[in-house]
Amino acid sequence: MISTQTMNTFKTIVGEENVITSSAGRLVYSYDATPNFQSMPDAVIAPRNTEEVSQIVTVCREQKIPIVPRGSGTNLAAGTVPSEGGIVLLFKHMNHILEIDEENLTVTVQPGVVTLDMIKAVEQKGLFYPPDPSSMKISTIGGNINENSGGLRGLKYGVTRDYVMALQAVLPNGDIIRTGGKLAKDVAGYDLTRLLVGSEGTLAIITEATLKLIPMPETKQTMLALYNSMDAAAKSVSEIIAAKIIPATLEFLDRPTLIAVEDFAQIGLPTDVEAVLLIEQDGPPEIVARDMEKMAEICTREQAVSVQIAATEAEALALTTARRAALSALARLKPTTILEDATVPRSEIVNMVKAINEIAEKHNVRIATFGHAGDGNLHPTCPTDARDHDEMERVEAAFADIFSKAIELGGTITGEHGVGMMKAPYLEWKMGPEGIAIMKAIKHSFDPDNIMNPGKMFAKETRKRVVVTQ
Amino acid sequence: MTTMTARERTIQEQFSLRMDEGELLNCMRCGFCLPSCPTYIETGFDESQSPRGRIALMKAVHDGLIAPDEEVERSLNLCLGCRACEPVCPAGVNYGHLLEEARDIFADHNEFKPATKAIRKTVFEGLFPHQNRMEHAVTLLGIYQRSGLQKTARKLGFMKLFPDSMQAMERALPAVPKRSDMKKRGRSFTALAEKKATVAFFSGCLMDTMFLGTNNATVKLLQKAGCDIVIPDGQNCCGALHGHSGEKDGAKELAKRNIDAFEQTNADYIITNAGGCGAFLIDYDHLLKDDPDYSERAKAFTAKIKDITQILFELNFHERVGLNVNPQVITYQDSCHLRNVMHTHIAPRVLMQSITGAEYREMDNADSCCGSAGIYNIVESDMSMQILDHKMDKAKATNAHTIVTANPGCLLQMKLGIEREGLSESVRAVHIVDLLLEACDEFPL
Repeated sequence: MISTQTMNTFKTIVGEENVITSSAGRLVYSYDATPNFQSMPDAVIAPRNTEEVSQIVTVCREQKIPIVPRGSGTNLAAGTVPSEGGIVLLFKHMNHILEIDEENLTVTVQPGVVTLDMIKAVEQKGLFYPPDPSSMKISTIGGNINENSGGLRGLKYGVTRDYVMALQAVLPNGDIIRTGGKLAKDVAGYDLTRLLVGSEGTLAIITEATLKLIPMPETKQTMLALYNSMDAAAKSVSEIIAAKIIPATLEFLDRPTLIAVEDFAQIGLPTDVEAVLLIEQDGPPEIVARDMEKMAEICTREQAVSVQIAATEAEALALTTARRAALSALARLKPTTILEDATVPRSEIVNMVKAINEIAEKHNVRIATFGHAGDGNLHPTCPTDARDHDEMERVEAAFADIFSKAIELGGTITGEHGVGMMKAPYLEWKMGPEGIAIMKAIKHSFDPDNIMNPGKMFAKETRKRVVVTQ
Repeated sequence: MTTMTARERTIQEQFSLRMDEGELLNCMRCGFCLPSCPTYIETGFDESQSPRGRIALMKAVHDGLIAPDEEVERSLNLCLGCRACEPVCPAGVNYGHLLEEARDIFADHNEFKPATKAIRKTVFEGLFPHQNRMEHAVTLLGIYQRSGLQKTARKLGFMKLFPDSMQAMERALPAVPKRSDMKKRGRSFTALAEKKATVAFFSGCLMDTMFLGTNNATVKLLQKAGCDIVIPDGQNCCGALHGHSGEKDGAKELAKRNIDAFEQTNADYIITNAGGCGAFLIDYDHLLKDDPDYSERAKAFTAKIKDITQILFELNFHERVGLNVNPQVITYQDSCHLRNVMHTHIAPRVLMQSITGAEYREMDNADSCCGSAGIYNIVESDMSMQILDHKMDKAKATNAHTIVTANPGCLLQMKLGIEREGLSESVRAVHIVDLLLEACDEFPL
């Protein structure tokens, strides 16, 4: 609990209207997009500038009050659930694009800017910000940086980390630091920028970011390849990469996902095939044409039953938009939708897809799979019902097997959603005890009082790992 | 669990009992609805004023996690009920059904102030269910407008006693028809072109009184499109106003009477010209799902519901009839319920773009609510006017001379917006049906 006196201090700092303590007002910030995680904060505070963030953090440090920074609450690993109470920090006032620098090709923003709004703003200047998480219409840049979000264009263009050049952040002691700069080269000291990217709010509060932009690709084409077997689709992915083509997007959806997505989007997606690949290439027209032709050839050779190029930009957009809705569309199947993002080297896609299906069968659960096939980032998704405890246990066991298999194949437990609370019990599987130890040491040196998003990243107990034998 | 007053405890129990848990769980909290929600945006991104937040509140009350206190009720009341969150929801949550049930529970346990109670009783029991009383009431307004009383009242500054929005509303109300005209209108009409369909027309309560001219225009368009038309006697208000205000029982009674009235017509389609009514009619199967006598009949009824623009489009009216108006720029404000519930948004645009002389310009955020929302603009006047002012900025940016709508509430709100902006000399708001009739009058068949 936070004392009345402390609450008054918060009100003095940010203004009365920016401190919410009512039960309804706190309830709506007690969750994110992760099923089965919910916890009430003691207060919700919306600072108006960096200085106010610093003052709030200072008070929290003195009073040992947990702080959870929150963008739009689209997190999928319970990273923004205030599991230990304390305050949720909102950035609804700090949502401005501060500068688009056309000489240095950068954009400087406050954390509360919605990703797509920023993308649209820079595109008006002929510039391109590639990271495009599926939630980009809702998610904020602050959230993207804290989670190091990926997206559909990750294969060719990388993820959020690859575009963050400089940060302003408030440290747990209230200090305000600036890292990096509008610099292509900068080796002055430890790379704190990269350390903070993906730190899930456990080290500092990001209050401003300068992001790298690139010139807008001249053209883009979109293609849909249909398959009667998942193996054939996965094989096409490997063959495309082996042919030294890096498409901008290389997504795949299996049949259950296709049915759910088509049910929502109604754009005429095929629902009678086992898998589709959604492929995009961008760049100069002649290169795009050449790559598309080659990829179409490969898909046909690898038993695609149909390969179609979108006729119009609107048709292409409808396809990618529908793909972005895949996770939420799967939610129409059952009351609870558990999603993971196990990731493997892309050469292992075929093996991973196969393993997921076997694991689903073994545990008698239903798993739909879609994801960023081109970069090995899969989204096995399990439609289930949280009220069915027996099934929930089987689901958990199945996902543990999936994580284990991913690691065995040289992969990771999470490609882009973050560790949060959900995957904390598995982090040691990936990092080993030594890795966890050094990460904890870093955490401690930043945040000795453990007030920054406590309960995330590091679990009290690591889950026992059962090695899967196939 | 949390501490609750006796009233809160009763409401909480009702939530546990009556709210559809499966539907509540269906929301997976992805937040895809947030950018579509007018109140989320207008409140500066307040999650408690978003669809995801409201569903979380309903679920928390259902689960006994929080008390159904004033703030929960406030959050539900401030919802426009525009249902823009539904078509964008990949999980397919029926938000409108959840909202209606939750509001109904609150309304059942509300101790309204005596004045509010009297108004609600008059509106929900005394006026709207009785078409002849609607005619009387609207006739009184006509007498006020025609007798010179309106002019006198304005001259005396009588209207200054009312809030700004009411003053503008008084100016925005259309000139209403005489009662004799309301009584004169026939009950069946034959096609004026090669016959394509037999339709029954849902004439509505407000549409058949204050907007009688639009109803008459609807009939003429249907005739020209090749429809035999019957306007069944015994039909009444659709019940939307009741349904949206937590008066579900009243709505059910009205629904049953309408089903009775239309069943006998054997028409191919039941046509409406008000998106708000159409959306409620098309939901009768849900409203009456637990009624053994009516659940199946309601399904047959709802399967026939079509908006006037949709049937004109399907019958190829715009290609068979020449449409022509004086040169002007036109724009369109979607009726939320027509778009989000009846999924009709292409047909009106195709029809408008077929009119020679009219340059159609799409308004930014045309699919977002204008703030009318039934009686919302009266009971939540501040938020409604804030939304309307932002809407008018978008409308002005199109430089349109004519703002077209497809629902009486939106039409009045647009007229109100034009008044507030002082644009009544240069901009008009019309129902799409009136514009189409105006456009085809030049070309008699």
